[in-house]
Amino acid sequence: MNILICIKRVPVVGRKIQFTADAQEIDTSSMGFAISPHEGCAVEEAVRLIEKHGGAATVLTLGPVEAEEQLRDAMAIGVDRALHLQTDGREFDPIATANAIVDAVRADGTPFDLLLFGNEAADTGDYQVGVRVAHALGLPCVTGVTALEIHDGRATAHRQVPGGVEIYEVALPAVIAVKDGINFPRFPSLPGRLKAKKKPLVTIEPTWQNGGLQKTSLLNPPEETHQVVILGKGPEAAPKVVDLLAELGLL
Amino acid sequence: MILAYIDQDRGKINEASFEALTLARRLAEQTNAPLHAVVIGKAEAGLTARLGAFGVSALHHAQHEQLNEYAPAAYAQCLVEILDAQKPDAALAAGTERGNEIMAHVAAKTNLPMAANCIAAQAGAAYTVTRLRFAGSLYEEAKLDGATKLLTVAPATLSARAAATAQTVTVNTFTPQLAQADLRARVGARVETASDKIALGEARVVVGGGRGVGSAEGFKELEELAALLGGAVGCSRVATGMGWRPHADQIGQTGNRIQPELYIACGISGAIQHLVGAKGAKHILAINTDPEASIMYKADYAVIGDLLQIVPAISAEIRKRRG
Ligand SMILES: Cc1cc2nc3c(=O)[nH]c(=O)nc-3n(C[C@H](O)[C@H](O)[C@H](O)COP(=O)(O)OP(=O)(O)OC[C@H]3O[C@@H](n4cnc5c(N)ncnc54)[C@H](O)[C@@H]3O)c2cc1C
Ligand SMILES: Nc1ncnc2c1ncn2[C@@H]1O[C@H](COP(=O)(O)O)[C@@H](O)[C@H]1O
Repeated sequence: MNILICIKRVPVVGRKIQFTADAQEIDTSSMGFAISPHEGCAVEEAVRLIEKHGGAATVLTLGPVEAEEQLRDAMAIGVDRALHLQTDGREFDPIATANAIVDAVRADGTPFDLLLFGNEAADTGDYQVGVRVAHALGLPCVTGVTALEIHDGRATAHRQVPGGVEIYEVALPAVIAVKDGINFPRFPSLPGRLKAKKKPLVTIEPTWQNGGLQKTSLLNPPEETHQVVILGKGPEAAPKVVDLLAELGLL
Repeated sequence: MILAYIDQDRGKINEASFEALTLARRLAEQTNAPLHAVVIGKAEAGLTARLGAFGVSALHHAQHEQLNEYAPAAYAQCLVEILDAQKPDAALAAGTERGNEIMAHVAAKTNLPMAANCIAAQAGAAYTVTRLRFAGSLYEEAKLDGATKLLTVAPATLSARAAATAQTVTVNTFTPQLAQADLRARVGARVETASDKIALGEARVVVGGGRGVGSAEGFKELEELAALLGGAVGCSRVATGMGWRPHADQIGQTGNRIQPELYIACGISGAIQHLVGAKGAKHILAINTDPEASIMYKADYAVIGDLLQIVPAISAEIRKRRG
């Protein structure tokens, strides 16, 4: 089977987030980057499916030059090839992102059986790119997936809901958006990393478009300044903790 | 007209829908437009009266035998029909899993832009919205275009408020035209996970553990304290990643959101991706060996030291007082 995984390079933010002077971007000069976590699980899921059913996996990202790092990370754990929709760093909104992905999938021509997405990107949290791609390609789509099984050209997907699990079954090809926890992604081995350097990576230059959701600025949420009350050190603090529990009506 | 989607699951309304309805009414007031609501499938008794109290003047009630089980594209089709016929200025849903999913399908079907998890919106030719990024670690201000502005409202960020004057609700029942393609992805079966455990999202006390717990066995101490307090055990992503706890226990951006009276965070450094899940906690007590840990900036109370000594001491003290 042929699997496509769409991943996004996202900054790993810390407690105090600084912005560029125009408040348009996060100042990432002292930040690390990673594959957005739901999508890291999508990559792992693809590799497991290929190990089990045979076939090939392709990883795709739309992002700056530096996003090649995340494509190589995915290839280091077993993905076969990569498509890099290289941007000049400008943010593509969800419509623009989905259009660029759809164009790339069509141009690539690989008959993908499964298109894996994250449930939502860690940074923008738009909750829609996978759904848009599914509609554009005329495919069924299940989101929020926490367990996935492929059998006889069909996918069985589980989705956690309060008090239970919903089970979906769709015919392939299909779009599946997975969630963190569906698996625990493996770490790349050194030989894996070396191999990844030589795997094929195709670069495509998508055209930026205004899809109608235009960021104007970023801001920090209001911060409540408060002082932490130290109840004590070590087990001797237990009575104070229990006093607190009583005070809060929790005993 | 401003349209609000009221999410319900087999007759039970998701209360976050009333938060979305509150923002929808504000937009209706700003644009001097009527407020309509849409509900799909068998509706809860008394729903129209509740909607009227929130300022809704018309309810579009979609009914179809194929809508008894959830099917995201089919649910979206119900909204698309209203959009086509009535051209609302905006359509809103709660930013729950379903709300976001249905609105994304509406957006994809109509090729309209959509802004997820908004906390504020200002009407205009284009709307100005404030929305969550990084699950709420950051806010974004954005312009949202479209013949109908599509947005979802981040749950638990604004409170549901009834209208100053209640409305009488006209009910318009309709049967949507569903295509086969709308029904390809639908709930085929549902397995209830019967459990006597208190749900993490509903617990009044949550005892959370992170890397500092050190092992799966270490969580026994946390389980014991949680049991004594009638609470639930949660954890950080490190604890799930180590295989100490199931992912269902994870708190944070890619886990659960909790809203207890007290969150006892043990051996958790307080990474922002963890803390966004605990924003709803009224009080936080941190137990940590490191007095400089990030969690100290968010916690109300702290005990400095080894959690493997402190947590059992707290349990023992509770038992002692209860006699
Ligand atoms: C996009 C994204 C999404 C994420 N989503 C989530 C999420 O949903 N949930 C989540 O939790 N994380 C999430 N993370 C990971 C997050 O950034 C942190 O890596 C993680 O929360 C750290 O877990 P921790 O606090 O257990 O471990 P650490 O950061 O390693 O902290 C361990 C703490 O334990 C203390 N300690 C050690 N020993 C003891 C002891 N004996 N007694 C008391 N204290 C002790 C240490 O002082 C330290 O403060 C996400 C990351 C990214 C990039
Ligand atoms: N720039 C991108 N490149 C590749 N895939 C993306 C990109 N942005 C979003 N996606 C995919 O679409 C999913 C949903 O993203 P979003 O709608 O932005 O929350 C993500 O989890 C990714 O799988």
